[in-house]
Amino acid sequence: MKFFIERFHFLFKSTKGLVLVAIAMISLVTAIWGTLSGPLAEWGIKDVTVRLLGMKLNPVQREGRIIMLYHAIAMAVMAIEVYFITSIVQIKKHRQSIINATVTVGYLCAMIFGLGFAYFGYNWTFHGLFLFGLSLIFFSGILLAEALWPWRKEYRVSNLEYAHTKKGVDLERIAFFAMTLSALGSAMFGAVAGSYWGQGHQTFLAENLIRIPYKTPFELAVIGHLHIMLTLIAVAITLVVGRWFDFKGVFHKIAMPLMIIGIIIITIGVWIIVPYRPIAHTIIYVGSVFIMLAALMLVIYGWKKLIHDRLTEQGITKAGFWRSFKALLHDPIKFGPLWQMVFMNFTVSGVGIFMAAKLDEIFRVWPLREERIVLTGHWHVLAGIIATIIMMYYADIVGLKGKIRKWFGWILIIGSDIAFASATLFSLKRLFVKQYFQEPFTKWSMLFLEIGLASVLIILAMLLLWRLFDLFKKEGVWKKELISPKLEASKTTVLPGVSEEGKQ
Amino acid sequence: MRKRMFFILVILLMLMLNQSCEQSNFPLHLEIPYIETGVDYNEWALIPAGEFYSGQQNNLGKIDYDYEIMITDVTNEQYAKYLNEALKKGTVKIENNKVMGYYPGERFDGHKHEQQIKAGYWIYVPLDEPGVRLKFNGEGFTVDKGFENHPVTMITWFGANAYCEFYGWDLPSEMEWEKAARGTDTRAYPWGDEINEHLANYNRSNKLIRKLFGLDSGITTPVGFFNGREYKGFQTKNAQSPYGLYDMAGNVWQWTRDDYPDMSDRFMRGGSWANYDYNLRIWARNSSRPDYYAINVGFRCVRKASQKNEAN
Repeated sequence: MKFFIERFHFLFKSTKGLVLVAIAMISLVTAIWGTLSGPLAEWGIKDVTVRLLGMKLNPVQREGRIIMLYHAIAMAVMAIEVYFITSIVQIKKHRQSIINATVTVGYLCAMIFGLGFAYFGYNWTFHGLFLFGLSLIFFSGILLAEALWPWRKEYRVSNLEYAHTKKGVDLERIAFFAMTLSALGSAMFGAVAGSYWGQGHQTFLAENLIRIPYKTPFELAVIGHLHIMLTLIAVAITLVVGRWFDFKGVFHKIAMPLMIIGIIIITIGVWIIVPYRPIAHTIIYVGSVFIMLAALMLVIYGWKKLIHDRLTEQGITKAGFWRSFKALLHDPIKFGPLWQMVFMNFTVSGVGIFMAAKLDEIFRVWPLREERIVLTGHWHVLAGIIATIIMMYYADIVGLKGKIRKWFGWILIIGSDIAFASATLFSLKRLFVKQYFQEPFTKWSMLFLEIGLASVLIILAMLLLWRLFDLFKKEGVWKKELISPKLEASKTTVLPGVSEEGKQ
Repeated sequence: MRKRMFFILVILLMLMLNQSCEQSNFPLHLEIPYIETGVDYNEWALIPAGEFYSGQQNNLGKIDYDYEIMITDVTNEQYAKYLNEALKKGTVKIENNKVMGYYPGERFDGHKHEQQIKAGYWIYVPLDEPGVRLKFNGEGFTVDKGFENHPVTMITWFGANAYCEFYGWDLPSEMEWEKAARGTDTRAYPWGDEINEHLANYNRSNKLIRKLFGLDSGITTPVGFFNGREYKGFQTKNAQSPYGLYDMAGNVWQWTRDDYPDMSDRFMRGGSWANYDYNLRIWARNSSRPDYYAINVGFRCVRKASQKNEAN
C-alpha cells in the first residue's frame, strides 16, 4: 500500500509529478488519436484503432469530435502551465495546493469524459462531466488570478534588476496576472457561445467559414476564443521560460511593460470582435507586435546569458564569434526554447503576415480547401512549438545531463523543426509547384514531416518509459523529486509570509 | 556521427528537390487504358419536388419543383463535342492557348475580397496546362486516348456554366445538388454512412486506381465507375445516390450555380480523388473564384423536368 501512496503523492502532489502525468496523458491521447488521420489513417491503422477501442465515428459528428479533442489536449497543456506558474511564481503553499488540485481534477475530467463522450457513443453523462471539468479549470483560473494579485505588499520586488513600478510592484507578476485574467474572460467568450449550442449556435470549424462574408456573433465569438486561447498559452509559456532563464535587467524592464500592454491590446481586440469586427483585426495585430517584441527581448537576453554562462564555465573572458556561437549551442535544452521562438517567425508569424499581405493576390485565388490547409497548418505548428518548449523545460526539470541531454535536445530541435518546416512547405506547395506536379512534392514533404514528428515522438516515448520504469524503483528519480519538488527559478528571495514549496 | 547524419539529411533534401523538379518533364498529354463501366453518361435522373435534409445539421430544406440532373459528371467526350459545336457557332474562341467565351458579368457589391466579374471574355479551359485531357488540332477538339469517359476537368466555372447554358440547361444550385445526392434521409454519403476505397475515388483509393491505370499519381476514374463491377481485380461497390446518380462523392469536385451576394466565389460539392473522406460528405463545400480550374474539378448539369422531351 505504501508503494502506491508514495507514488500517488509524487504523481499528484508534487509539481514535477503533476507535469509528468499531464505530459503522459497528452502523449497517450496524441499516440491514439494521431492514428485517426493523415498517413496512419491511409495505411489502415485508423481502422485497427477504431475496432480495437470500440470508437463510434459517425461522419456527421466529425467537427464536434475534433473540437472535443482540441479541448482535451488544450486543457492538459493549460494545467501544465498552471503547475509551472504556481511553482515558479511566489504563491502561498496552500493556494498552490488548492489551485493544482482543482486544475488536475478539472483537466482529467475534461479529457477523459470529453473524449469518452465524443468518440465512444455520445453518453450525455460524460458530456456533463466534461463540462464539470471545464468549470473546475475555470475555477482554478479564478483562484490563480487571486493568488497572483500583484499589488500585495509581500510580492513587491526586492531586487531592483527585475521590472517593477515605482512602488515596487512586480511587472512580471502583473503580466502573469493579466494573462490569467484575459484567459478567464476569453474562456467565457467561448463558453457563452457554446451555451447557445442548438439554440442558434451550431458546431463548426473556424477554417470552414473563412470565406463566408457574414458570420453570426456566436461564430465570431468562437473564432476569437480559439485564437486568443492559443495566443495566451504561448504568452504563458514565454513568461515561464523567462522565469526559467531568470529574465532580468534592462531587457526585462523593456519586455514586461510590452508584454502587459500586448496582452491588454490583444484581449481588447478579440473581445470587441463581435460588435467591431472590421477594426478588431488591426487591434490584434498591434497587440501581437508588442508581445513579439517582448519575446524578442527574452531571446536576446537568454542567448546572451547562455553564451556568458558557458564562457564563464570555460574560464574564457573574451571570445570571438565562433567561440560565442559554440557556447550558445552548447546546451540544446536551454538554447532550444528560445530558438523555437525565433523559428516560429518563419513557420507561424511569417506565414501569417505573408498571407495577410497577399491574401487577394494569392490565397483567395486558391480554392478554399487549400487556404484551409495553410490556416490549420500554421496554428498546428504554433501548438507544436509550444509543446516542444514544454518538453525542453521538462527535460531540464528532470535533470537530463551529459550526452543524453544533448541528444534529447538536438533531436527535439532538429526533428520538430524539420517537421514544422515540411508542414509549412506542404501547406504552401502551390507557391512552388503546379497542382498537376504536386504529388512528388507532397510525398517528400510528408515524408520529412513524418520523420521529424516520429523522431520527436520516439524521444518523448523514451523519456516517458524511463520515468515509468523509474516509478518501480524504490529510490528512483521520483523519490528525489518528491523530496525536492521545487522548480529552479530563482527570482527574488522568499519574503516573509510567502512559503516556498519543499521548505514547508 | 553528426557529419554522417548531416550528410544523410542533405542527400534526402536533394532527392526531394530532384523528384519535384523532374516532374517538369512529365508529358502534357497521357494515354491510359479505356475502361468501360456500362453506365450511359447521357442519362438523366428525375428528382421529385419535396422536402429534404440539408447540411450537416440536417436543416429541413424544400425544393418545390421537379428537376432532372445528369446521372454522371460531364465527360471529356461530351465537353469536346460541345466545344466543337460552340466553335462552329462562334460562341467560343481560342486565344493564347485558352478556350475563351463571353460572360455578361454580374453584380459587384464591392465587398472585401470580392472579385469583380465584368462582362467580357473569360477563360473556359486552358489548352497548354498539364492535366488537360482535351486537345485542339487547329480545327477541332479531341480527347486523350482512354480519357473519353472520364469527367472533364480543368474547366472554370465559366466553362461549366457555358456548357450547361449552351444546351439550355443549368448548373445545379447547391440545394439541387444536395437533394440529388442525399435523397430524403440524413445519410452522410450518397450511398449511406460508411466509406471505403470500393465506394468512391478519393485519397484512400488512389493506390488501387493508380495500379489499375499503371500510373504513379492519382487520377480520375471513368464516370459511373463505382457501380458494383469488377475491373481487372478491383471490385467496386454500387455507390449510386438514392436517385441513381454516380460520383456524387469523390472523383471530381462539382461546380454549382449559386452567386451569393458580397462574394465572387462559386461553391463546389462532392470532394475529389485528391481529398480525404471528410471532404466527400454531402454537406462538405469547397469554393473558388469562377476563373479557377484544377485537375480535380468538374461539373454536371440540371434541367427542368419539362425539358426532358425537348432534349430527346
